[in-house]
Amino acid sequence: MILTSMGPANRIARSAETHPLTWRLRDDGEPVWLAEYQAKNGYTAARKALVDMAQADIVQTVKDSGLKGRGGAGFPTGVKWGLMPNDESMNIRYLLCNADEMEPNTWKDRMLMEQQPHLLIEGMLISARALKAYRGYIFLRGEYVDAARNLNKAIDEAKAAGLLGKNILGSGFDFELFVHTGAGRYICGEETALINSLEGRRANPRSKPPFPAAVGVWGKPTCVNNVETLCNVPAIVGNGVDWYKSLARAGSEDHGTKLMGFSGKVKNPGLWELPFGVPARELFEDYAGGMRDGFKLKAWQPGGAGTGFLLPEHLDAPMFAGGIAKVGTRMGTGLALAVDDSINMVSLLRNMEEFFARESCGWCTPCRDGLPWSVKVLRALERGDGQAGDLETLEQLVTSLGPGRTFCAHAPGAVEPLGSALKYFRPEFEAGIAKQAAAVPA
Amino acid sequence: MSTLIQTDRFVLSDTERSAIEHEMHHYEDPRAASIEALKIVQKERGWVPDGAADAIGAILGIPASDVEGVATFYSQIFRQPVGRHIIRVCDSMTCFIGGHESILGSIKNHLGIAPGQTTADGRFTLLPVCCLGNCDKAPALMIDDDTFGNVDAGSVAQLLEAYA
Repeated sequence: MILTSMGPANRIARSAETHPLTWRLRDDGEPVWLAEYQAKNGYTAARKALVDMAQADIVQTVKDSGLKGRGGAGFPTGVKWGLMPNDESMNIRYLLCNADEMEPNTWKDRMLMEQQPHLLIEGMLISARALKAYRGYIFLRGEYVDAARNLNKAIDEAKAAGLLGKNILGSGFDFELFVHTGAGRYICGEETALINSLEGRRANPRSKPPFPAAVGVWGKPTCVNNVETLCNVPAIVGNGVDWYKSLARAGSEDHGTKLMGFSGKVKNPGLWELPFGVPARELFEDYAGGMRDGFKLKAWQPGGAGTGFLLPEHLDAPMFAGGIAKVGTRMGTGLALAVDDSINMVSLLRNMEEFFARESCGWCTPCRDGLPWSVKVLRALERGDGQAGDLETLEQLVTSLGPGRTFCAHAPGAVEPLGSALKYFRPEFEAGIAKQAAAVPA
Repeated sequence: MSTLIQTDRFVLSDTERSAIEHEMHHYEDPRAASIEALKIVQKERGWVPDGAADAIGAILGIPASDVEGVATFYSQIFRQPVGRHIIRVCDSMTCFIGGHESILGSIKNHLGIAPGQTTADGRFTLLPVCCLGNCDKAPALMIDDDTFGNVDAGSVAQLLEAYA
């Protein structure tokens, strides 16, 4: 069975030295099962971590590598790991893999899980050893049925080969791993909402502090890491920090490689493993092939629905957190979207805010009431029924649903693209009012 | 003619019961199996009938109101009957740019249903879904467990034919 996640990432030239996340992908898009994974050096990093390295050295290696979370927020993984308690009596600890990939325009974790389930399992095994977790859960969205099947098959293979279970590789370390599938709701990707959902509760976010490292799933120390983050761990442990730090382009403050993509009406939409610091223009022109004939690039988003819109002139920004911050937004997941000149920004934002409003968990008032309000205003502007003051209302919502004003990052993510669209494409919003004004007889 | 009020007592089948009991043991607290338990019931019956919350709550040792709270929170748990096949149309901004609204229009023309509705013959239910992670092949949709990419409004009817 050829997986639907088969795509351009399978086709570019790759090597173990330069493409740690994708070099094992098969040209035919079939999953890499255990025998092939091991033949391609798989689980050698796990052996090194479990048999040869001290637990604290694994944590230090990941800290030194500068690995940052790949789920969109970019928090340093080693720092997150370091928050786990030193108290040895707290010996029931969990490692959760956030595989609830639902961010619009994000399809990287799906490819990793469908085609290389053992890379994730090896990453989780090493990370669990570092975190002293005895059990892990992969929190997978329910719609990823191929990923669920492949992960479960790979877990069975790993168990049969003694790579999961008791006394793994004779190291004395025990680790068991389960796939937990969800039942919808984007908010489950927020790490404390994910913990509530795993516990069988409504996926409302939890108050922080305490952080999951102190009080996580079932009140136990818990670390939540994204799929792609965990998939980086084997190569870091296997090849070392110096190698990892040599991967990114000059000038990048972030290290390693990143699954990056471009979609929308580009010639060759796709996903590729590229070094941090690659200019967005290279991603857009050389990999995605630029716009399809007949379409012009109007705006682009660097990494998912929760990142701001940028203009074509910003394509020279290098793809790393600081590089994208310099032009005014966040790199997010690094999977960019091209908005072409046939798209009206009011309609696009209406579509986006409908999504964010529907997916609000309803826990805090600004998000529950503010997002549907933005939808109402945007729908009116789209119809040409906008009232005077509507743009100011939207601007007020951008501020009052912004960072620090709501319980979690859902609403701030929802208003970031809205704020940037108002900034760069204000006349399109104003046109929604002008139409009505023009219709009123003098 | 069925009555408006369901009076039949809900009973879990042996298969459902043993599947739920199996899932419970993957977690430190049985409550964690509540979503999976609802999915197990839904798999057998297509939806989660009234009374399932009591039966699931009794196995997991939690109040039925908690099970119902979970059942009504998650968008892929159905608390009313749905069609034999579920069409999930991705409505992410990438699929919006790819033209998903024309696909919804085509489904409306062909089946006469809008998102949230079920055909009169009980064959299809149409639902929106969060980004299916098929963005390089937008617009995307799922029919049951099958994902399709590069769908166009003209070919939707043909895709649906395979689902009786």
